Amino acid sequence: MSMEPIRQVDGLVAPLDRSNVDTDAIIPKQFLKSIHRTGFGPNLFDELRYLDAGEPGQDCAKRPLNPDFVLNQPRYQGATILLARENFGCGSSREHAPWALADYGFRVLIAPSFADIFYNNCSKNGILPISLNAQIVDALFAATQSTEGYRLHVDLAKQVVSTPDGSEYPFDIDPHRKHMLLEGLDEIGLTLGHADAIRAYEQQRRQVTPWLFEDLDMA
Amino acid sequence: MGGQTLYDKLWDAHVVRDNGDGTALLYIDRQLVHEVTSPQAFEGLRLADRPLWRVAANLAVVDHNVPTTDRDQGIADPISALQVDTLTKNCQAYGITQFGLLDRRQGIVHIIGPEQGATQPGMTVVCGDSHTSTHGAFGALAFGIGTSEVEHALATQTVVQARSKRMLVRVDGKTGPGVTAKDIMLAIIGKIGTAGGTGYAVEYGGEAIRALPMSGRMTICNMSIEAGARCGMVGVDETTIEYLRDRPYAPKGEHWDQAVDYWRSLVSDTDAEFDRVVTLDAATIKPQVSWGTSPEMVVDVDGVVPDPAAEPDETKRAGMQRALEYMGLTPGTRIRDIAPEKIFIGSCTNSRIEDLRAAAQVLRGKHIAKGIREAMVVPGSGLIKWQAEKEGLAQVFKEAGFEWRDAGCSMCLGMNPDRLSPGERCASTSNRNFEGRQGAGGRTHLVSPEMAAAAAVAGHFVDVRELES
Repeated sequence: MSMEPIRQVDGLVAPLDRSNVDTDAIIPKQFLKSIHRTGFGPNLFDELRYLDAGEPGQDCAKRPLNPDFVLNQPRYQGATILLARENFGCGSSREHAPWALADYGFRVLIAPSFADIFYNNCSKNGILPISLNAQIVDALFAATQSTEGYRLHVDLAKQVVSTPDGSEYPFDIDPHRKHMLLEGLDEIGLTLGHADAIRAYEQQRRQVTPWLFEDLDMA
Repeated sequence: MGGQTLYDKLWDAHVVRDNGDGTALLYIDRQLVHEVTSPQAFEGLRLADRPLWRVAANLAVVDHNVPTTDRDQGIADPISALQVDTLTKNCQAYGITQFGLLDRRQGIVHIIGPEQGATQPGMTVVCGDSHTSTHGAFGALAFGIGTSEVEHALATQTVVQARSKRMLVRVDGKTGPGVTAKDIMLAIIGKIGTAGGTGYAVEYGGEAIRALPMSGRMTICNMSIEAGARCGMVGVDETTIEYLRDRPYAPKGEHWDQAVDYWRSLVSDTDAEFDRVVTLDAATIKPQVSWGTSPEMVVDVDGVVPDPAAEPDETKRAGMQRALEYMGLTPGTRIRDIAPEKIFIGSCTNSRIEDLRAAAQVLRGKHIAKGIREAMVVPGSGLIKWQAEKEGLAQVFKEAGFEWRDAGCSMCLGMNPDRLSPGERCASTSNRNFEGRQGAGGRTHLVSPEMAAAAAVAGHFVDVRELES
């Protein structure tokens, strides 16, 4: 599936100050029963965000909010950039986690580190995960918490995060991911452009390891 | 030139195309499919009118949502039922072999792949589930993927991957009695941390790993993701080959001999270099119990709940503090003074026949303590359940006061009706102790099957080694 391209994001920053935020916290298991890709936003961080028990099919607008949870504070409404701590997105491979973040409105995540599978899943859904070193992230947390309405500007083409005071923090991203995100490309379509290479590989492997091509349902 | 690691060998054998941008198109030999992470992938295929690349490379099973009681009555929760039905419909529409709810071969996806011989050395194995690392125990390159990649693999038989760094975790020497694969792995995670393996493909080696049967090696590789590593693996030896002989989907006849010859090459060369090497002394590993809300928050059974005040790192200290509050524990509490109310023996980590035998051994002739509200055993597959009944293990569990359930993921993640209530404390043989993992507000202590059984009998955690002596 093609996705919405992401080039520049200028957005309000919300700080989630805890490390090892797992994908169970991002979107709890009961919401994974959906067979659709959309509609997960209201249940993002469900157990942290609401005071009652979340179940699929509820009208979340009527549920009691946890006033202590950062995303419920009025000053962070409309945030598109989430600032987080190390190992964000650890645990389960559920792509429902980036679906929920995107559906809520986040386009950019900034943290000292991300879990591998989650990082990968983000970039397939038009979310840009940016790793910056821990001191820079500390400084961004301090600035976000002390300055109401704190915004950051992210330029993917230039690979730079800019602060309101003019500081610029470069970030790394592999060229493949960058290209996919900038153009919002359909990765399956691109790969099918190499169908001949896949067929050639299979033909060669059939000679060397023929048992790998036995049909499962023949056994 | 130095030798190759097992990971290098597996990687090189599966590169269809180097994309020239730090990634490669990697061929996928086997995709395992379950109901939770596949419906959106099939929907994507349908919308783009794309066929499957190689139907027979896929094997599907329902596991996450399925009830573990009264199966003949179907699934009560309509949303779960729809997801399970959707998988069946998709498998029928595309011609994928699926083990349905009432099939004796049904079970947890990471249990049934090896059990059926559908997981083999030298393969690349993917599944939309982070515990796909389990299959690396066979000298395979196996890793969890997201739903977009599930769709990509269904449509192209490939995934786009960047090469990982290589880590060797070597566990030297012999473990003492009562110390299991689960304890080894929890000790490894405790040592390198929950993100210690991020960016790495981890190979497990050393005498203590070699001594493990396939069940134990799968337990170890299964929890690689709990140390942050997408894949874990163990080189092929006679244990691997003997496990696979005569499995339903294992190669047969001439293909078997050819395959075995090839499989024997699937070990790291003696002069292979790793980017990082971690060593543990098996003799020093004790039975482990997790105390917090991350698998790295783990201590020896004879230890105490740690004090955050002693942690110099501010973020870590805050994490420990929050974990203690969530778990309802105070620093300095002896692990053996912690009393679970529920016992869960199951999950893709510890629900194989060997796990059930070990737990039953502890329970034989005993009964669960008064304070235990519920104790359940959820075998990893229908075939394991059947085997355990044949061996008389089911009887041991039932006489001890355990519930004897049908196969599935069950209370490891509580997508089905099996879950913890807020504040409930559980000794669990599963893999994750995250907040809310086993049910909102539930408190999970990760342990081995032997330790879970021992806690059930005593009503609090005990050192299983004391029972055995």
